[in-house]
Amino acid sequence: MAKHETPLLDQLESGPWPSFVSDLKQQAEVRAKNEANVEFQIPQDVVEDLIGVLELSFKHGRTHWKHGGIVGVFGYGGGVIGRYCDQPEKFPGVAHFHTMRVAQPSGKFYTAEYLRQLCDLWDFRGSGVTNMHGSTGDIIFLGTTTPQLEEIFYEMTHTHNQDLGGSGSNLRTPADCIGSARCEYACYDTHALCYHLTQEYQDELHRPAFPYKFKFKFDGCPNCCVASIARADMAYIGTWRDDIPIDQEAVQAYIGGELPPNGGGFAGRDWGPFDIQKEVIDLCPTDCMWMEDNKLMIDNKECNRCMHCINVMPRALRIGEDRGLSILVGAKAPILDGAQMGSMLVPFIKAEEPYDEIKEIIEGIWDWWMEEGKNRERLGELMKRQGFQKLLEATGLKPDPRMVSEPRSNPYIFWKEEEVEGGWTRDINEFRKHHQR
Amino acid sequence: MAFVSSGYNPDKPMENRISDIGPRKFDEFYPPVIAKNKGTWLYHEYIQTGVYYHVAKSGDKVFTVRVGGARLMSTTHIREICEIAEKHCDGYLRFTTRNNIEFMVDSEDKVKPLVQDLESRKFAGGSFKFPVGGTGAGITNIVHTQGWVHCHTPATDASGPVKATMDVLFDDFKNTRLPAKLRVSLACCLNMCGAVHCSDIAILGYHRKPPLLDHEYLDKMCEVPLAIAACPTAAIRPAKIEFEGKKVNSVAVKEDRCMFCGNCYTMCPSMPLADTEGDGIVIMAGGKVSNRISPPEFSKVVVAFIPNEAPRWPQTTATIKQIIEAYAKGANKYERLGDWATRIGWERFFEKCELEFTHHLIDDFRDPAYFTWRQTTQFKF
Repeated sequence: MAKHETPLLDQLESGPWPSFVSDLKQQAEVRAKNEANVEFQIPQDVVEDLIGVLELSFKHGRTHWKHGGIVGVFGYGGGVIGRYCDQPEKFPGVAHFHTMRVAQPSGKFYTAEYLRQLCDLWDFRGSGVTNMHGSTGDIIFLGTTTPQLEEIFYEMTHTHNQDLGGSGSNLRTPADCIGSARCEYACYDTHALCYHLTQEYQDELHRPAFPYKFKFKFDGCPNCCVASIARADMAYIGTWRDDIPIDQEAVQAYIGGELPPNGGGFAGRDWGPFDIQKEVIDLCPTDCMWMEDNKLMIDNKECNRCMHCINVMPRALRIGEDRGLSILVGAKAPILDGAQMGSMLVPFIKAEEPYDEIKEIIEGIWDWWMEEGKNRERLGELMKRQGFQKLLEATGLKPDPRMVSEPRSNPYIFWKEEEVEGGWTRDINEFRKHHQR
Repeated sequence: MAFVSSGYNPDKPMENRISDIGPRKFDEFYPPVIAKNKGTWLYHEYIQTGVYYHVAKSGDKVFTVRVGGARLMSTTHIREICEIAEKHCDGYLRFTTRNNIEFMVDSEDKVKPLVQDLESRKFAGGSFKFPVGGTGAGITNIVHTQGWVHCHTPATDASGPVKATMDVLFDDFKNTRLPAKLRVSLACCLNMCGAVHCSDIAILGYHRKPPLLDHEYLDKMCEVPLAIAACPTAAIRPAKIEFEGKKVNSVAVKEDRCMFCGNCYTMCPSMPLADTEGDGIVIMAGGKVSNRISPPEFSKVVVAFIPNEAPRWPQTTATIKQIIEAYAKGANKYERLGDWATRIGWERFFEKCELEFTHHLIDDFRDPAYFTWRQTTQFKF
């Protein structure tokens, strides 16, 4: 018999979508039976109490978790988020219920063997409840007690060659899309760059020295499957600068209906026969495509690489060969001063090991932000407060019309003295010789 | 429950310490067909919703079966995923950015048994453990935050409304009848760990009552200047408060300036906002992150408030369904929800979706507000 009655949560067991309530209940049962004879290091009924406190929140319409306390592992300022229940007498199993962020591998590929090792560790020293994965990308271990934190970290680093992720005012665990591992649209190896920079900046990731959080995200192409442009302080988005190769035979096969547009991803409705004019050429945002002598033509110089034509006809059109990435900076969610999208800083840069040019830009930005950023000010907010020009100074990049969607519509330019002939020091008496008071 | 040491010595924390090693390296976990063909993939095609294959230059194919999952997941469930991966996929698997699980096999004959196995597994309560779907012009898994299961600032739950919404949208997880892909996201407060602000449909938890003030403890638990500085509208000021005959240092809140962001509570636990009637859900629509055809776009607030109706949030799910049906009916092929709304005009969007336009939906927050008012005579009746 369940420890707590859960009439509200029980209603989330029906319906087709996987029920987290059913999953938590099966976990509670597995722990209660303990057929694997685990020497549980936190209360055996932790999951029952988790279900219980969640039911209470469903009843009250309010959370029952307190502000986090300062807990962590020695030498790190992040990776652990303290969490305490505000009804510890009723739910002693979750009185202390800290989160650990575990750095995920690029592309979130796993072997069953490895995931089981993590499960064994987490059943033994934690609740066995996880997020696969948290919003930033980490594996989230949800719920353990303070004495277990160092033990888990020790086993993770010594037995599993695995580190914690970031939290607090530091570099958050970088995340990437599947990239060239299994995607024909990837313009650079997102896994390689993500892993390289994660390793390079371990100190920044574990020891908070920043004004606030800082996120790297890596998208292999402008389709932006990891939403880097909306959520990363620095978004690395793959692109190319030469021509889109065209396989004219495949174009004809799409026109003839032998190949399904979008790889068949729109097959759930009868949209009628494929119409290249209507579905591709007329939807091109730059009008740079046309048919000539039954051949598809692209004025590549005018293409802005939106990916639509390639997405529709992946067997006829490909990303170009001269590949690299764009860097957009300053994206963030609304808190505090409203949401910001990433702004274009580097239109094109090659993504080649050891990525020195990219690191120079990162470090220039960090130096500026650490110097000028206020407490809890994201990079995007500093950019708004001090202006894009300061970002150029910090990175040494030259202004480029690709950085803006349009030039300013006010003439309030903050001219610098050295930009103005003769400087600003003038003699009023000299002026008055020609201009009476 | 005797304490079992890992070998860590609390008296000498630096002894044998290993740190700064980062995540495991990605290529340890690539299935052989991925390791072999990385960087040489030519194209992909869908066999059915949730089942697709990629073809490499070598002629090799990798077949992927995508299944939905609750991101709140137990080790028991993960062990079952591992068992499936070992049974069908030589022990390899991956997760997607949107909390789906992908099982990969290297030949077509392995696909059917894998799909059948996945679809046959159900939880005791009757729901699918591994529903296949979530690709193409349909609705994939909802990315979301913690909610009441683990967070201290939420204005709604996360796993609950997500389960309720995905139950209602399940048919569109299984098929591709929509004009384009449609991304639903949930953040349980406007801290937006889930960054829902660029989603076709965003479910956002929001408070509507200013913070309570726990004067007795405020100065003991909080740095008053930090709480004051945290307020984006300067609604908080220091105040001496009479408490049980004594003057205590605390704060006062100018309540009509509060925008309920909860940033003060983040800095000061003595200023909680959570409230049964005050808290609820905002529906936003029309955002996207892709650069396809049109640039990325923020989601717009289309419903200012829906109460929290645990356990199944019926008004929230019905409103979302209503928007999606209007979009499915009205949009052109390839048109994302926001592109459709922009083309027909937002005045028409509210009409088509049968949503009431209230004063709450007109932006009055700082400079960007002006740019959302209509500065033209062009509009539709």
